[in-house]
Amino acid sequence: MSTTDYAKTRETTEGKVFTVTGGDWDTVVQGHDPLTDERIVVNMGPQHPSTHGVLRLILELEGETVTEARAVVGYLHTGIEKNIEYRNWTQGTTFVTRMDYLAPIFNETAYCLAVEKLLGVEVPDRATTIRVLMMELNRISSHLVWLATTGMELGAINMMLYGFREREYILDIFEAASGLRMNMAYVRPGGLAQDLPENAVTLIRDFLKLFPKKLVEYERLLSGNTIWQERTQDVAYLNIPGCLSLGITGPVLRSAGLAWDLRKTEPYCGYDTYDFEVATAESADVWGRYLVRMEEMRQSMRIVEQALDRLEPGPIMVEDKKIAWPAQLAVGADGLGNSLEHVAKIMGTSMESLIHHFKLVTEGFRVPAGQVYVPIEAPRGELGAHVVSDGGTRPYRVHYREPSFINLQAIPAMAEGGLLADVIAGGASLDPVMGGCDR
Amino acid sequence: MTTPGNTTPGDVPVSQPPAGASSTAPAEYPPASPAGRGMFGVHDTGDTSGFGGLVRRRTVVTSTPKPYGEEFDEVTDALEEAYPGFADAIEAVVVDRGELTLHIKPERVLEVATIMRDNPALRFELCSSVSGVDYLGAARRLHVVYHLTSLTFRRRVRLEAAVPAEDPRLPSVTSIYPTADWQERETYDMFGVVFEGHPNLTRILMPDDWEGHPQRKDYPLGGVPVEYKGAEIPPPDERRTYQ
Repeated sequence: MSTTDYAKTRETTEGKVFTVTGGDWDTVVQGHDPLTDERIVVNMGPQHPSTHGVLRLILELEGETVTEARAVVGYLHTGIEKNIEYRNWTQGTTFVTRMDYLAPIFNETAYCLAVEKLLGVEVPDRATTIRVLMMELNRISSHLVWLATTGMELGAINMMLYGFREREYILDIFEAASGLRMNMAYVRPGGLAQDLPENAVTLIRDFLKLFPKKLVEYERLLSGNTIWQERTQDVAYLNIPGCLSLGITGPVLRSAGLAWDLRKTEPYCGYDTYDFEVATAESADVWGRYLVRMEEMRQSMRIVEQALDRLEPGPIMVEDKKIAWPAQLAVGADGLGNSLEHVAKIMGTSMESLIHHFKLVTEGFRVPAGQVYVPIEAPRGELGAHVVSDGGTRPYRVHYREPSFINLQAIPAMAEGGLLADVIAGGASLDPVMGGCDR
Repeated sequence: MTTPGNTTPGDVPVSQPPAGASSTAPAEYPPASPAGRGMFGVHDTGDTSGFGGLVRRRTVVTSTPKPYGEEFDEVTDALEEAYPGFADAIEAVVVDRGELTLHIKPERVLEVATIMRDNPALRFELCSSVSGVDYLGAARRLHVVYHLTSLTFRRRVRLEAAVPAEDPRLPSVTSIYPTADWQERETYDMFGVVFEGHPNLTRILMPDDWEGHPQRKDYPLGGVPVEYKGAEIPPPDERRTYQ
């Protein structure tokens, strides 16, 4: 065998490439200088199980210490904000619900509150109460996914199974109410797509009985666990000034000790009439964020219970027939659709209803010109909907202040100077959802 | 609507190529839909209603007369006291739907934001949101919108700065609000607004080699027709609009 059978060393833009095709190992490694090559750049993601979707992290490492971290986003950009401008106001709900796919009800509610503020309409009490109820259930389901995925990433695989198992109960409730498990477009400008059915109330009551026991189970599994404590305590520290300058809100800010919760500080949807506490921690680390989220799930259950007790029969859409969706919707075998009674009425007995239905569904309603910014407390922090109308039947501009997008800016602050393994813990503690981040 | 400068229906740019886009832009430019004229977006044959001949005028931004309301007066008075250039920098003060908007000259954004954050009577510690709105047809069509939050006083204010599309420059606020970093990048990406002094003004959501700025109103949506049960439904950007 001649020496030409062996591939040659070649230079590339990344550095020296050694093609090892045989020979003595010592002669191969002689060409590698451990001192100058100690600094390595690792590209984590965008396809990586512990980056919560398509987040890409570029990490510069010295040994196991991260010296520089940069987050790259945009892999899941779907142009939702552009698309909304070509649909009518009601159709907008269907788009925004797909932003942060773990918290669809929050996206819808922020959008609808903004549209209602532009319209100057008040939604009926029952609709507001059901919105609160659904939002808090959604907060629990979102925090459960956080707990499940973070557990998995930090070595507690069973937490993954438990978290997603209990989340199914909540998704069943959403399915009973709206016909869909996710991306429900349940909250609509002016009220709700349809009323909460009796069996959904039963499901919620069952869930409220079951879930406290499960929470205790999770805490027994994690809180006293040495591995969990070691992986979370004093990891990814970010104090209040750090949070505020980087714009971080939600559980991360509260874990630093500031009780800033828009449900208390700038109440919307009548949150000021509910009895609940704002969970905070002092440690400003991943452990603190874990404690805050666990407590928030408990507080959310309190709110759900109060909301259930307040539910009184009544309308779930504004009275104004020029805004309210004309169709009576019903959950059928294949999901949500027009109720057959309504179709029979407009097609068979009332021409005026048919015209009205046709006008509102094809043309939509007009929203007076102006702009509003409506912030609400989503599971990840301040979710703000900046909605601009030019007086037409379509949104002129909808921009979401997405907490996932803003919070991911904290990755360098949390990761640099720490260990590589703690990048995972720190990133997970921000609870980023790339669908919301990239929109 | 908050459009400075009146718009005559004639000067709406309808047949220009998308801003910044070349012929390799991802989608064809949509058929002209003259904003400011017509009622249903139909301008050729097909509209027999007569509404197609209507001319709609955009509203002009007008300052709200003082007093603005207790809380808003506190903000504007404190800013006026702390900022000597108030009369020059603030173009309009608008109170609408319980929200305060200060329209600022673009070159003064950084000065105003610094005072808004540091003045003890204002204390807007958190920059909630930075984004843009494209008011196509206005002389300074690109608006950059800042939403500031004061945690101390629990109030919010909106700063709005309008720049022309030909020279879309204004100072970056990243030096005082680091959170504006990604948001200014997004605004640059989507609207082509250049934030001077930004440490790393690159695209963030679109690919690095993308041409054009998608959220501009003259950038096409690039929709595709939908086929449903044998019938073809035109893409969303070509459907009849009801203005």
